[in-house]
Amino acid sequence: MEKIVSRHFGQPDSHHLENYLKDNGYEAARRAITQMTPAAVIDEVKKSNLRGLGGAGFPTGTKWSFIPAANPKPKYLVINGDEGEPGTFKDKYIFEQDPHALLEGIIITCFAIGSHKAYIYIRGEYTKSLERVQAAVDEAYKGKYLGKGIMGSGFDIDVVVHPGAGAYICGEETALLESLEGKKGFPRLKPPFPAVVGLFNCPTVINNVETIACVPPIINKGAEWFAKLGSEKNGGNRLFCVSGHVARPGVYELPNGTTLRELIYDHAGGIPNGRKLKAVIPGGISAPILTPDQIDVKMDFDSLKAIGSMAGSGGIIVMDDTTDMVWAAMVAARFFAHESCGQCSPCREGSGWVYRQVKKVYLGHARPHDLNNLPGIVNNIGGNTICAFGDAVSMSVGSYVSKFRSEFEAKLQPAHVA
Amino acid sequence: MFSAEYKQELDKITNKYEQKRAALLPLLHCVQEKEGLVTPETEKDLADYLGIPVVHVHEVVSFYHLFHQKKLGKCHFSVCQTTACALRGAEDIIGHIEQRLSIKPGETTPDGKFTLNVVECLGACEIAPVMQYNDREYRGLLDKKKIDELIEKNK
Repeated sequence: MEKIVSRHFGQPDSHHLENYLKDNGYEAARRAITQMTPAAVIDEVKKSNLRGLGGAGFPTGTKWSFIPAANPKPKYLVINGDEGEPGTFKDKYIFEQDPHALLEGIIITCFAIGSHKAYIYIRGEYTKSLERVQAAVDEAYKGKYLGKGIMGSGFDIDVVVHPGAGAYICGEETALLESLEGKKGFPRLKPPFPAVVGLFNCPTVINNVETIACVPPIINKGAEWFAKLGSEKNGGNRLFCVSGHVARPGVYELPNGTTLRELIYDHAGGIPNGRKLKAVIPGGISAPILTPDQIDVKMDFDSLKAIGSMAGSGGIIVMDDTTDMVWAAMVAARFFAHESCGQCSPCREGSGWVYRQVKKVYLGHARPHDLNNLPGIVNNIGGNTICAFGDAVSMSVGSYVSKFRSEFEAKLQPAHVA
Repeated sequence: MFSAEYKQELDKITNKYEQKRAALLPLLHCVQEKEGLVTPETEKDLADYLGIPVVHVHEVVSFYHLFHQKKLGKCHFSVCQTTACALRGAEDIIGHIEQRLSIKPGETTPDGKFTLNVVECLGACEIAPVMQYNDREYRGLLDKKKIDELIEKNK
């Protein structure tokens, strides 16, 4: 299988400009800027069926077309590299091993949306990524791939690398904008959407790192080629991150139509120590958990949605049959309680409440009414908050309770007898 | 107040942004790198430098967990406790550090040598269980032996 986004991973010094140039580097950007119109670039990306690989799966070309061309304000491209969804670590590989692929994608995207400034927001913990990307930006300025009149054209573009500071919520795109403006990461009410009122109140496109790294190959090889690699409405390959109880945890680039079974057993080496699969999170901790009878699902956005979960960020966490599912639910609930930004009461109070209730069950202190109350608490968070974090608490923790209820029941104290 | 030389360094960061305040996170990283923490005095200096109320600096410092308001130990462990690491034994690693150093998460040893923090997903689940060491490099595939070596080296 032909690798696209991961084609340079593992090669020595793949992060340096001279090596990127050896593999036709920046030729897609040159072609887009000198031979195509912005509308033609957007059209090509639309036809490729590229979808947002940060988790939402929104069609990328369509997102770009929402930028109002007539708006006289400056337009911005913001790259969301706040990779924090538990189970996800793919963007780090792009930052560290192929930063110029990201920069080339940024140039093409900025050209398409009429932007002359891009910000790359990288989570603060990724110190190596921050250094690598900054070094690549410096190299690109020196080689006139960034700056004024790049590659002899009349197109200007500046790129700023911006460090986050350790807040999961900043992966939410409007929280990220707040953070980029120097504020707490509180998500914004939508509408207005960032395409109209985004960074510094200007039209803004926010895209994931992997999504943008797909853009140069699409321009080089054509939308049809890219669309064919994927499933029906889901072009290209995807970087899947596999972790937990597997023999070979890591990043695997595979077509979107790959099944979860193939990913776990063929690529990640299966479950070690002769144990059996018990449960698997298919798309980062926010995605509802799946049971072994569901793993023949294809890993594209639409197929996972159809079985009540989500493809999310491509983070697959595998649990073997030694896993206590009440404990696993508690670990997930603790994460949400810790990372709730505190802006909306249902989430701020609810995520902590859910954690305390699940912990109570885990410690064997709960009675039947505690468990019976849990779905109600969980379901009153989702849908009642500004951003999707509240929905994630409901979907994630709720799925452990509904799918493994007998394990929760087994830990209960008897009901009080009147 | 910042010295002229210090201010020049901050200006280099601020100049990249359309709005001065947008530089707050990188500015805080910069001062913390030099001073090891963000003190109320630094918050005031940065607020004056950016021309914003000090509360806007403080609410940012207290919101993001990579900014430290307390002095940390010389050696600082941030151990991940989220699902992928938890499945691969993070609780044992945290318990082992607690026992070796006689401190709880969030605490520093009385001699100021070690701080233990427990954090949520670091984005390195492929090398779980993992920690970030001194706010910089990651140490993965942790076991008790690796922890013991790190502790011995920094004693």
